[in-house]
Amino acid sequence: MITFFFKSLASALASIRLTVVLLVLSILMVFAATLDQVHLGVWGVQDKYFHSFLVFTRITGTEIAVPIFPGGYLLGGVLLANLLAAHFTRFRLKWSNCGIWLTHIGLILLLLGEGLSGLMQHDSQLRIDVGQTKHYAESFRETELAVSETTDAKFDDVVAIPAVLVEEKAEIQHPKLPFTLRTTVYYPNATLRMKSAMPNAPVSTATLGDGAEVAVLPTPVTFKPKESNWPTAFIEIRGTDGPIGTVLVSTLLVAPQVFTYQGRTWQVELRAKRDYFPVGITLLKFTHDVYPGTQIPKDFASTVRLHSDDGHEDRQVRIFMNSPLRYAGLAIYQAGYDNNDRTSVLQVVRNPAWTMPYVACGLITLGLAVQFLIHLLGFVRRRSRSALQPATA
Amino acid sequence: MKKNLPAVALILALLALAATLLPPAKPRGFDLAAFGRLPVLADGRLKPMDTVARNSLLLLQGRQRVTTTDQRSLTPHEWLLDLFFQPAVADTYPVIRIDNADVLSLFNLSTSDGAGGVRFAFTQLRSGLAELDRQAQLTADVESAERSVFQRAVAELHDHLMLYDRLKFTLQAPDTADFPSLLKDAASVKTGKTVFESMDTLSRLRVVPPGAAVAEWRSAGRSLTASVASGDVEPAMLAYTAMGRAWLAGHADEFNAAVRDYTLGLASALGPVVRKCSLEELFNRAAPFYTSQLPYIVAFLCAVVSWLRWSDVLSRTAFRLMALAFILTTIGIAARMWLEGRPPVTNLYSSALFIGWAAVGLCLILERLDGHAVAGAAGGLVGFGTLVIAHHLALSGDTLEMMRAVLDSNFWLATHVVTVTIGYSATFLSGFLATIYILRGALTRSLDRGMADGLARMVYGIVCFATFFSFVGTVLGGIWADQSWGRFWGWDPKENGALIIVIWNAVILHARWGGLIRQRGLMALAVFGNVVTAWSWFGTNMLGVGLHSYGFTDSAFYGLLTFVVSQVALIVLALLPPERWRSRLKAPSVA
Repeated sequence: MITFFFKSLASALASIRLTVVLLVLSILMVFAATLDQVHLGVWGVQDKYFHSFLVFTRITGTEIAVPIFPGGYLLGGVLLANLLAAHFTRFRLKWSNCGIWLTHIGLILLLLGEGLSGLMQHDSQLRIDVGQTKHYAESFRETELAVSETTDAKFDDVVAIPAVLVEEKAEIQHPKLPFTLRTTVYYPNATLRMKSAMPNAPVSTATLGDGAEVAVLPTPVTFKPKESNWPTAFIEIRGTDGPIGTVLVSTLLVAPQVFTYQGRTWQVELRAKRDYFPVGITLLKFTHDVYPGTQIPKDFASTVRLHSDDGHEDRQVRIFMNSPLRYAGLAIYQAGYDNNDRTSVLQVVRNPAWTMPYVACGLITLGLAVQFLIHLLGFVRRRSRSALQPATA
Repeated sequence: MKKNLPAVALILALLALAATLLPPAKPRGFDLAAFGRLPVLADGRLKPMDTVARNSLLLLQGRQRVTTTDQRSLTPHEWLLDLFFQPAVADTYPVIRIDNADVLSLFNLSTSDGAGGVRFAFTQLRSGLAELDRQAQLTADVESAERSVFQRAVAELHDHLMLYDRLKFTLQAPDTADFPSLLKDAASVKTGKTVFESMDTLSRLRVVPPGAAVAEWRSAGRSLTASVASGDVEPAMLAYTAMGRAWLAGHADEFNAAVRDYTLGLASALGPVVRKCSLEELFNRAAPFYTSQLPYIVAFLCAVVSWLRWSDVLSRTAFRLMALAFILTTIGIAARMWLEGRPPVTNLYSSALFIGWAAVGLCLILERLDGHAVAGAAGGLVGFGTLVIAHHLALSGDTLEMMRAVLDSNFWLATHVVTVTIGYSATFLSGFLATIYILRGALTRSLDRGMADGLARMVYGIVCFATFFSFVGTVLGGIWADQSWGRFWGWDPKENGALIIVIWNAVILHARWGGLIRQRGLMALAVFGNVVTAWSWFGTNMLGVGLHSYGFTDSAFYGLLTFVVSQVALIVLALLPPERWRSRLKAPSVA
């Protein structure tokens, strides 16, 4: 009975009907995700559709989310299982179908690679002014709470706390910190105004730093590609002998909030999450060429100097359109510019699985070519055979 | 006669084509074609005056012909010369198209005031320009995807009038009645300094070639400003001024001599530029893509009629006409590639040309393999249809535009873009072949078993071909993205569109291999491939436009919608029970 159950499950899993159904479902998912980009932007869509097991939607007027469609991981996973099952049960390796084998093996690699990329790929941005040196890139969407001791003027001791702890209003403790932090109010997006300019603004609960002067106006979360969210929070800081005070942090605040406790000076700051490199990058020159007499961009290029901490690397590189710098598992490419061409915006991608699509696609291309050539040869052979026979009609 | 029809049709078509290469008439003795060949730098590219004149008119009014209020017909060159040298007269020509009634009311105009109800003269608009400027300011901050129909019409008209103004002040400053007299001698040049500076900021065209002192093309205003300091007027400016004087006085001989002398002078220093511009002028005049529309549509009609009678003669006629139009479009595409120094597909316009070209190429092969004028009909229709689409896409300006920085890579344009476009074109072709199967089978008795099997083989073969090319093209796109941006796949709309085509072709193949569909099912799925491809080709570009509630009047969006509805109707036809089809097919010999 059990073996029968497994056999029928295996044959259902291996069936070509399932393949067709899965392929059609993936078309629908990709189509829906493309349309939804208008509302969610390309990152929101990836989280909602492709890098998820189920696609959820909120029932209008409530906060209840219900699954309405399989997500990318689920469809990709079942497709993978379907392919593997088909090869274990239905396919025999023969010369006549070696193209199909190659194609399917490539496809398995491609699905695995895309899954891995979804899990491991990390994008961040390096905004750098001419003459400036940076050792890190900043995330577009993730933030972190940085608490640093600046008592010693020579170096800062920084503790970076993931933003999720701030959002969840968890009690934050760290061996290096003689106090605990806990969020009292959190806004995923807000605008800040000077309180003096807005007499009717709600009272700020901040008591440390300059947060007391600022009015916080919560705003709806945006998904538009050209707009950003500005997370903002009030954080209560408690020492061993009771509360020290409350501090306002926001990615909109340029300067960190400063306070002293037990004779030591501290800074608190909510900032874009940093991704540190093993090298320093100095922007030597940025050029932005246009076609003569127009505003159509012809080329952007950043000339940078790489100098590693261990002193073994010190060279100049030109990063320009269609020509990124690959270094230490990072791909750094020219993404934009700002500040009247004084700031270069570089995008930094870390993806350990980046070679997999190359191998996978090579196999699929070869497989398709072989299989269709086999079809074509068969067709030509049949044709020439029928041409040899005298026509009967 | 009947036997000679293919030859006669071919000769007639060749004669018609040869006529497009004849030197054009010289109105009142003016050699306007020679003027049209003069090189000028505009939109980052060196092009002939001819292209400037034709494209400006296409942008402004949607056609190249100008009809004045007193019903005279002007060539694009005559219009441009008038705009350059007697703007007050040119301003009375109705060459600015306004379709939106709300925009018209900004100028206190109604459709009855316009030529043909839609074309207006600059003089008619003058009183409302301030209000248009104010409206354009209000619109400027709204993202283009969020604009209402009115806002988009305002922004478009504002752009068009800006273009008009900037063309007008190429060789003439605003409010200078007798401009050529400013260039008579060194003293008069000096008095014009501020005028020249304002011309430099206004003008869009750079008419003055690199000289001994300066290595770049400059506007007339810039060149004349330099003349104020140096006291010398550059030969190009003297030549254009001479042309202007002769044009105003109606002296054709002087005009022709000025153009000829200037061209000869240029040829010694800038030979390749002069040759390129001459070829482009000839290309514009011969209009190979416009001319090919006729043989394609005639080939299609011959092929369709051949299914009913005179099958042999008409199918041969169709084949020859299709081959002729194919050769002509091949030459046209090659000329564009040479002019641009780029692979064939660089923008939406050239993708339409190339999709048609590749599909017709496949049809020629299919037709040789398996006559019956089936591929002939599909090729004629796809060739004609894509040329019509291209014709409409050309209304948005210069089709040989410069490539933005991110696309500036001949290697990837040649590999990724060409391959994926062949994939599009094959997917369309399988859909059109399937359309023939469905229409003939359901509506006529002309589809017999052998024909049906032949078509099924063709559709299957083309779907395999399409799967391969769309997959390889999509992958090459991923590699390009990885090389430039460090990521293989980013789920952006255009990538998704290509992916959907690949998966859809895979669905067709798997459904057929698994025995889930037979011949008519294959045809229905192949027709849906048209919908998928049309979406990827155009729909993804409309995202944010067509999907916003107020964007629905977009004509391209309606075009796409109509196409989708027609394809769904075909699918319904394909899925009718066999006994409702007029052709009664016996059990298929191949599943």
